[in-house]
Amino acid sequence: MPAAAPRSGDAIFASVEHVNAELFTLTYGAIVRQLLTDLEEVDEVNKQLDQMGYNIGIRLIDEFLAKANVSRCVDFKETAETIAKVGFKMFLGVTASVTNWDADGTCCSIVLEDNPLVDFVELPDTCQGLYYCNVLSGVIRGALEMVSMKTEITWTRDVLRGDDAYELQVKLLKLVPEEYPYKDDE
Amino acid sequence: MQFFGGSDISPSPPAPTASGHNAHMMYMFNRNGVCLFYREWNRPLRTLNPQQDHKLMFGLLFSLKSLTAKMDPTSAEKGNLGVPQLPGQGCSFHSFRTNTYKLSFMESPSGIKIILVTHPRTGDLREALKYIYNLYVEYVAKNPVYAPGTPIKCELFNTNLDQYVRSIS
Repeated sequence: MPAAAPRSGDAIFASVEHVNAELFTLTYGAIVRQLLTDLEEVDEVNKQLDQMGYNIGIRLIDEFLAKANVSRCVDFKETAETIAKVGFKMFLGVTASVTNWDADGTCCSIVLEDNPLVDFVELPDTCQGLYYCNVLSGVIRGALEMVSMKTEITWTRDVLRGDDAYELQVKLLKLVPEEYPYKDDE
Repeated sequence: MQFFGGSDISPSPPAPTASGHNAHMMYMFNRNGVCLFYREWNRPLRTLNPQQDHKLMFGLLFSLKSLTAKMDPTSAEKGNLGVPQLPGQGCSFHSFRTNTYKLSFMESPSGIKIILVTHPRTGDLREALKYIYNLYVEYVAKNPVYAPGTPIKCELFNTNLDQYVRSIS
């Protein structure tokens, strides 16, 4: 059941300032290209993209919370729906869907039909292990960590590798309770 | 409630200052208790050094949040006081008022806490705090030079904040 977001993704997408889609795609492509040149190892590039995504995610969460005006999500199901319907729409202009819930409600798949990052992209044979959109998994992981959820995110389907859609598996590892941060009492 | 203990505080509320600022001071904390930001416009009385003051403020809010969640008459389960809360649980208080000041509080789900202390006749400042959160996003979160989790030193944020606070009634 989708979360009843007070401001739907479409409304917010219309109100934030847009950047040219091709510029965005080509800039991202240039970043990946440069990382491949600098790091050479495909696994290193994957890790670096994830780390970059994580750094983006920890800041992006505040922008999302400020603009989307969603109330606190009660459980992980609502969180995943909010990411797919409001988050992706707001930042990338595409809507994703959430499927494949497991029995405890801690693991699901977010499926993207289209993905603005990969327009015009083809993976050459030398880069077959590359997760081109790995920055997205880092962003989601970083953002969720800032709202006290430790998650693990992996790609299960990738169009650049021959599948029909992009599918991210999001697994909730742990809800981190809010602890009093000061150790000493005075 | 005497919040800052020490010498007697006169019961009449302070008049707005000549500079026109309606707020006394503002704090911002993150989830780990780091004081990201502190600004004062009109604070006649200071009893503690800044570190103790920030710690006290953070501790007060943490305890109040815990207390308000546990005292919630509408929620079904009640853990023990002091047990850390999971995300999504608990309600959150948004202001308290004494005869000399009003403290308004907002916490985002990402743990950013904004506290504004104003004169006691101020109305509901929740929208104002949301606007300040938006200012934080624009000038601090999106600032590539700012490292998250460290004290905020962004001139643009300061200027825009001052300008906005001047307009709060």
